[in-house]
Amino acid sequence: METTKNYFFSDMGVMLGRSMRHILRSMDTIITVTIMPIMFMLLFVYVFGGAIQTGTDNYVNYLLPGILLISIASGVSYTAYRLFLDMQRGILERFNSMPIARSTILWGHVLTSLVSNVISVIVIILVALIMGFRSSADILSWLAVAGILVLFTLALTWIAVIAGLSAKTVDGASAFSYPIVFLPFISSAFVPTETMPGPVRVFAENQPVTSIVGTIRALLSNQPVGNEIWIALAWCVGIMLLAYILAMRVYKKRG
Amino acid sequence: MSHHEIAISVQGLKKSYKNIPVLTGVDFQVKTGSIFALLGSNGAGKTTIIKILATLLKQDSGNATVNGFDVLLNPGNVRQSISLTGQFAAVDEILTGRENLIMVAQLRHLSNPRQVAQDLLNRFSLTDAADRGAATYSGGMRRRLDIAMSLVGSPQLIFLDEPTTGLDPEGRIEVWKIVKELAGSGTTVFLTTQYLDEAEQLADQIAILHQGKIIQSGALEELKKLFPPVKVEYIEKQPTLEEIFLSTVGKKEEN
Repeated sequence: METTKNYFFSDMGVMLGRSMRHILRSMDTIITVTIMPIMFMLLFVYVFGGAIQTGTDNYVNYLLPGILLISIASGVSYTAYRLFLDMQRGILERFNSMPIARSTILWGHVLTSLVSNVISVIVIILVALIMGFRSSADILSWLAVAGILVLFTLALTWIAVIAGLSAKTVDGASAFSYPIVFLPFISSAFVPTETMPGPVRVFAENQPVTSIVGTIRALLSNQPVGNEIWIALAWCVGIMLLAYILAMRVYKKRG
Repeated sequence: MSHHEIAISVQGLKKSYKNIPVLTGVDFQVKTGSIFALLGSNGAGKTTIIKILATLLKQDSGNATVNGFDVLLNPGNVRQSISLTGQFAAVDEILTGRENLIMVAQLRHLSNPRQVAQDLLNRFSLTDAADRGAATYSGGMRRRLDIAMSLVGSPQLIFLDEPTTGLDPEGRIEVWKIVKELAGSGTTVFLTTQYLDEAEQLADQIAILHQGKIIQSGALEELKKLFPPVKVEYIEKQPTLEEIFLSTVGKKEEN
């Protein structure tokens, strides 16, 4: 077993290279992932935006963090999809019967998810800039935003790994992401929570998206982040660890 | 038989899925360098045996050693010395044939992956299609690539799980040729099949798996002795449809 450990990084490199080829040869997945959030952005800014009172004069600035989370949530469903296909086609079995560090098979998919989501997030930010998004944030705040988005992506990707490994059909593999994609709608991502009725408001104010969106919004507009950043980090890291442990357990069980 | 003359040794192997027993005490031995065919109907447990021997699945009880290594105690060493070709051609469809082979060579940590890939492409007559996506390959080509991927790094033992299921007659004969060549070069071949003629054509040793046990095993000659002596009868021989197909297709290609 000692020898397989020594090859961890080279095996991981091979796996990552494989998945990157998949992404580059199916750029349509990136387009699919970015189009829906961009549509939402257009819809909210140019159709609903005029009627929404957020207390800020730049609604694109208000909206962007939530849109980025939606794009990541729909992006990770491709990880579940790719993993499911690997399993169905026997590729996972082939890898598992080879003398390689087994965890690299999953890590390859996870890193790929990270790279492809970074690409879609950048595309969406560029579109937002055209639509009037402006930020006064300094480098450090941008790095903090990037860090939170990476953690959020990792957390959701490990959930996607569980879904991909335990799905029975291709549709089932990506269906898990629908509720996550809609989570930002019941949060402060598009409208302030103050106008929501009691129970909805309680849910909206205490679910992960609100603290993550709030933190990113504050960072991008150079406002103090307060305690919210710690709540956001706790959500991301907590979900990530839990999903990681569960995913590894499911993976070992499938063996 | 001395220790290294035996490639696989299985004693009292048992495995149940939930409460349904699949293997109820399987015993057999495979000689190094031989072609061993495991015969059985669908659902007899052939794939389960392969999965246990390839360290993809753990048995409930019993012992199994592969190339001298216990599958439970030294799975890493087992994986180093084997290669698995599953029931469905496990090739990455988005990668080209060449990329598939290079990937496996890299994962086996060989020093010259490109050369290994090129040699196998030549050997399996895939040179013309080498740089095309594997998704465009015919069933027979895909199977050839699949087997070529299993030969990367020249493992001592190769498992072929129903290698000709779903292939056309020409594809079948091609696979048979490959298997014979393999055994000729000293590789041990463990194959499962539901086709009796396939076992008869290829195998040095045949075992019949039925209701979770090996009910009969031995060389074809030995198995034939179990039946009443041959009576000579004269019957008119009609060509089989396979013979007709092959001879007409052969003529077409000659023209």
